Amino acid sequence: MSDVSLTVNGKRVSGSTEDRTLLVHFLREHLGLTGTHVGCDTSQCGACVVHVDGRAVKSCTMLAVQASGSTIVTIEGLANGAELHPVQAAFKEHHGLQCGFCTPGMIMAATDMIAHHPEGLDEATVRAELDGNICRCTGYHNIVKAILAASQAMSKGSKGRAKQAA
Amino acid sequence: MYSVNYHRASSVADAAKQLKNGDAKLLSGGMTLIPAMKTRLAAPSDLVDVSRLKELQGVKVSGKTVTIGAATTHYDVSTDEKLKKACPALAHLASLIGDPAVRYKGTIGGSIANNDPAADYPAALLALGATIVTNKREIAAEKFFKGLFETALKEGEIITAVTFTAPAKAAYQKFRNPASRYAIVGVFVTKGKDGVRAAVTGAGEDGVFRSKEIEAALAKNFDASALDALKVSAKGLMGDLHASADYRANLIAVMAKRAVAAANA
Repeated sequence: MSDVSLTVNGKRVSGSTEDRTLLVHFLREHLGLTGTHVGCDTSQCGACVVHVDGRAVKSCTMLAVQASGSTIVTIEGLANGAELHPVQAAFKEHHGLQCGFCTPGMIMAATDMIAHHPEGLDEATVRAELDGNICRCTGYHNIVKAILAASQAMSKGSKGRAKQAA
Repeated sequence: MYSVNYHRASSVADAAKQLKNGDAKLLSGGMTLIPAMKTRLAAPSDLVDVSRLKELQGVKVSGKTVTIGAATTHYDVSTDEKLKKACPALAHLASLIGDPAVRYKGTIGGSIANNDPAADYPAALLALGATIVTNKREIAAEKFFKGLFETALKEGEIITAVTFTAPAKAAYQKFRNPASRYAIVGVFVTKGKDGVRAAVTGAGEDGVFRSKEIEAALAKNFDASALDALKVSAKGLMGDLHASADYRANLIAVMAKRAVAAANA
């Protein structure tokens, strides 16, 4: 057992957990943040993507103790109250989801992608960067559209939000 | 996953000490080790995390000498501006590993210590004539990669960095398995003051290897056309559900030609 201390979505949290506990299980079961999903559990599908110290990683392939001391942002940390984050709004607007299971990971990967490409995104880059996120419903087309739209919307105004999401 | 005890090392010396606990293993990015533990293919009693050690981080370029800390992630290698100038082929290779989330975590030291026969970095280090620096000694890449998942590392030895002299020309071309993103065949070619070197990953039954026939053909003429007549033998090559040994033999020639063309571009 180890003590794990994290800053999750701006709040300091801590708990005691087995060393073998995966970060995704710690987030879901200890903190009740069930927006982060377990899809394949083999680091391929990306449904479990969260930001750890500003980088989008697969929380099913990291131990909670490894993350101790880190700052984490999950899908629950993006919206500002009732106001959706620009990437969430773009997914809604462009119908970037059907069943929605992959969506939290898609959106966390997308916000990271936008934050790490301040020069802007094109379709080829978005598709290449979505390599680690699998969607079985949409055929990706509207996801790509949504990310491109969000990238444009964010570069126009709310740069502070892009930074916060990273 | 079986139960495990986690330790976060405070220094390389501390990590070496912690490694003496039971059946301890080093943990860096964990992109191979954690999945192997989840499927119980690996069951270390203890994990010694070296990923946060500052002394193992970062890319240094001094003249033509490049040194990369063992815990530098694939993302940091692929985006390092100094490396992109000194040896763009290696930065390009790092950008082809796994997917973005994997590149944020996986490290060069972890990759070469694991020596997966389809991993990318072993081909680069062999073709670059790199030196692997550990907490105990320096090992030439030639002597480091010993076979499938086998290296020259001894019990308790920790890779701290890799270092090499940037060649005049280099390129890596990879025929990627679209599901695993590992190389079905990858070829790294270099042309430097010690001549031409070509290393092949993903294909050899004993892991990464240098192709003498490609090197001989390119030594005379460092141009893709020099490989037009090349027939690579399937002897000693892997065959599996993704590609037969014959198919891999053909891919070696194709990837080598593409790599030379890219190196000359």
